[in-house]
Amino acid sequence: MTSPPARDPGLQPERTRLAWRRTTLAGTVAAVLAVKTALHGGVSAPRIVVCALCCVLWLGFLAVANRRIHALATSPEPAALAPRHATAAVLCTVALAVCGALLIF
Amino acid sequence: MIEFVRNVRLWFAPEEIRREGGTPDYRFSLANERTFLAWLRTALALIGGGFAVDQFLPDLRWGWRVGLALALLAAGVLCSLRAVNHWVRCERAMRRGEDLPVSRFPAVLSVVVAVVALAMVVVVLVGWQG
Repeated sequence: MTSPPARDPGLQPERTRLAWRRTTLAGTVAAVLAVKTALHGGVSAPRIVVCALCCVLWLGFLAVANRRIHALATSPEPAALAPRHATAAVLCTVALAVCGALLIF
Repeated sequence: MIEFVRNVRLWFAPEEIRREGGTPDYRFSLANERTFLAWLRTALALIGGGFAVDQFLPDLRWGWRVGLALALLAAGVLCSLRAVNHWVRCERAMRRGEDLPVSRFPAVLSVVVAVVALAMVVVVLVGWQG
């Protein structure tokens, strides 16, 4: 009885890693635009708070992405993405949009 | 709607997904993850577009500017929430060996983007004449 042939991972993990990378770039662009919006209308306490919040959200997004990139890079057969992490990434995005709505009003 | 609430619970509870069916080929899971990320990028682009409308169109009347910016931000929020929901649904369908869920969201999003683009054309034309 021979063991079944190992599945060829192809470039799947690497493609997924690069997709996360692209997504962090898109998130960075959105965060930079958010900070520009926050600091555009003059410096005031609430604006600085929202600006800091946007930076924290961006860092949170980067943390989730880096965790996943690390998992994809180290394991030859990476486990599926945990729903918690997917939800965390989405919540950072939604919170950024809510900050934007607050700033624009 | 009840289905949606049940899915929202699944977003936070990985064990419950893992209890159902068998683990699919990890390559399919990774493809599902990339689709999720592509939708998340679309959401981030919409949100960035909302900020850009607010920042780079200062000559626009206040109502138009804020309305368009908020519409783009809201589209970004919807798109990101739908991204994680669709990802969970696909993951479950693959574990149970069912057909992947169909969705009319891409069509709705295309129509919304087309309407916003047309609105921009009208705004620019009116701006030239006025």
